[in-house]
Amino acid sequence: MSYPLTRDQHLELYYYMKLNRMLDEQLVRLFRQNKVVGGLYSNLGQEATSVGTAYALEKRDWIAPMIRNVGGLLVKGYKPADILMQYMARYDSPTKGKDGTSHFGDLKGRHVVSPISMLGDLVPVMTGVAIAGRYLGQNIVAMTWVGDGATSTGAFHEGLNFAATQHAPLVLVVENNQWAYSTPVAKQVPIHDLADRAKAYGIASSIVDGNDVVAVYQATKEAVDRCRAGKGPVLIESKTMRMKGHAQHDPAEYVPKKMFEYWEARDPIARYEKYLTQNNLWDEKTKSEFAARIEKELEAALDVAEKSPFPPPELAEQGVYCDGCHTIEAEWKRSKKEVTPPQSSVKPEWEVTDFGGFDLASTMTKQSAAAGANGGNGAKSSRTIAAAQKSAGKSNGRPEKPKVPARVPFGRGPKGKEGRK
Amino acid sequence: MAPVTMLEAIRQAIFEEMERDPAVVAIGEDIGVYGGAFKVTAGLLERFGWERVIDTPISETAIIGAAVGMSYQGLRPIAELQFIDFIACCFNQITNFVAKSHYRWGAPVPMVMRGPSGGGVHGGPFHSANPEMYFVHTPGLKVIYPSTAYDAKGLLKSAIRDNNPVLFLEHKFLYRRIKEELPEDDYTVPIGKAIVRREGRDLTIVTYAAMMHSSLEAAETLAREGVDVEVIDLRTLLPLDKETILQSVKKTNKLLIVHEDTRTGGIAGEIAAVACEGAFEDLDGPVLRVTAKDSPVPFSPPLEERFLPNVNDILSAARELAAY
Repeated sequence: MSYPLTRDQHLELYYYMKLNRMLDEQLVRLFRQNKVVGGLYSNLGQEATSVGTAYALEKRDWIAPMIRNVGGLLVKGYKPADILMQYMARYDSPTKGKDGTSHFGDLKGRHVVSPISMLGDLVPVMTGVAIAGRYLGQNIVAMTWVGDGATSTGAFHEGLNFAATQHAPLVLVVENNQWAYSTPVAKQVPIHDLADRAKAYGIASSIVDGNDVVAVYQATKEAVDRCRAGKGPVLIESKTMRMKGHAQHDPAEYVPKKMFEYWEARDPIARYEKYLTQNNLWDEKTKSEFAARIEKELEAALDVAEKSPFPPPELAEQGVYCDGCHTIEAEWKRSKKEVTPPQSSVKPEWEVTDFGGFDLASTMTKQSAAAGANGGNGAKSSRTIAAAQKSAGKSNGRPEKPKVPARVPFGRGPKGKEGRK
Repeated sequence: MAPVTMLEAIRQAIFEEMERDPAVVAIGEDIGVYGGAFKVTAGLLERFGWERVIDTPISETAIIGAAVGMSYQGLRPIAELQFIDFIACCFNQITNFVAKSHYRWGAPVPMVMRGPSGGGVHGGPFHSANPEMYFVHTPGLKVIYPSTAYDAKGLLKSAIRDNNPVLFLEHKFLYRRIKEELPEDDYTVPIGKAIVRREGRDLTIVTYAAMMHSSLEAAETLAREGVDVEVIDLRTLLPLDKETILQSVKKTNKLLIVHEDTRTGGIAGEIAAVACEGAFEDLDGPVLRVTAKDSPVPFSPPLEERFLPNVNDILSAARELAAY
């Protein structure tokens, strides 16, 4: 499916990516001037994924970012000054200096859930946001990003499995940026495509060139529409590259030089500039206007950030509890009468009615054949959800029938009382 | 009104709160069709439907994580952990996501995590734990551990209406063993307030949950021996009602702390410190502790009986302290 973009939308995508890039560069300068408190996690090279995915959402939709999704936060309405003040630990930052980096959010206005440093944990949380949204009649989509490293965590799998069983409107973007700190993908997971994780949960998936902002947008829009239509969660694997170390202190000497060169030639912003020129969507004048405008914006943002004081020390012990400071109410989009489901509606539409009973022999034969076909699974630059689903042999978002793996013989274990426990 | 068990009191609290507020939802393993491993959630699915009574995979991290997400939407999830021992599986979600949420970025988490706790039923090392202190040491949570049916219902209602994350521990030994007549009208019990279960002059016992009943029993025996014991039921462990403890210590001048949790790092140590800091000059004797042994909860009856504190343990500690 294709989702055409207007010229204005193209230029807006460019604006957010370029803003993301220049803000990143500004933060690096501030880090070198010792104005950043703690670590600095660069987004360099991943702007297309952050911006392209978030751009496919609507205002009512929810996101939960990672450290390298500043682009998504900008699309969701945060200002560069917010990000600067977070990194500079100032009082006027979104967390008033209680937390740093991208660890901030906004429940009511922008629908952003603040991340935590334990990666993968956002998957079950956003599943909850999605389920609640359905109950509240909001027709929202919840989206979160995880890296290749987070796909090894239990929370990732528990969250995805639960989302799948609930048919939750969750878009899970796996940013395969090749490195989890210093660990390459090959040492992180024993599979080539992280999108394959989706098969185990019977959900739709796609693989996208994460440095092509239009492709990222298209894949996400398709996933979002699918979720909104009630077809369950979607996993998008975005193949991209982290162009710096884990944080500023890490020179990333473990990354082969050739790998940097390969990805540098695929820089998302340079690529998009070329695309805009080739498609006559702008001219040199517009291009330089963007750079000048963003530079000015960032100068103003820095001014705001530097004028903000550090938080008063007594703030340290305040706000542990929220007693008396909030009225927490669900935002119902339907009448109260509809909210309490009638007694008969105890079964969801996707309640399992298939009680198993599959042909063991033929399943095993198919499994062996599939294993052979998948042996030389080469790189794919992009594939759509439909194609991915076709390969998974299903189309309605329902879990496929279980397949029995070829039996792996156990070694002869100890016998009697010492036997397998 | 006929007397009801603590289990029924808890069930009533959930049912009534779901009736009262459509934002209250229940989530957990086997809580729907089956009605929960202990039947606390029996009848909820039929009344409130699958959107509000959510059966989950066996996936504690998913249960707590999803409840957090739901609370961000303004819902008030009650997350059941089938046995409280399994809370270890979602320790990260609770200590890092739930407890720190409001402090870090101002996002309240109005959710309740509840589950059957405690020993005495020969459940073994994975079905008998008292995990309160992992969470009492976690700023941002509230930890409740009631000892009566009345309190269980009233405190659970308060917990559900609270804008903060609350860990609500239910002693499974008490589930069906104690019965109480409950008011017909809606009522709540305030979080963070201890209660004096028995007034006395000579010695204070601070306790909670199942040990509250053992302590009261010991106090009756001691009364016949001429020792007038005051028994304080904490009800809420976090925040701790220091005021009530100190007031009592200042009156009786002697403090014994009794809990079923293991000794090292148990809340008795914290309460002893509170007494030393706030009433040192009023103390006429050492602060003593009666607790479980420092081991996992054993399975076999003679082992578990040895492990758990009992009325005799309380009596001998109280006699020793009274004679000091």
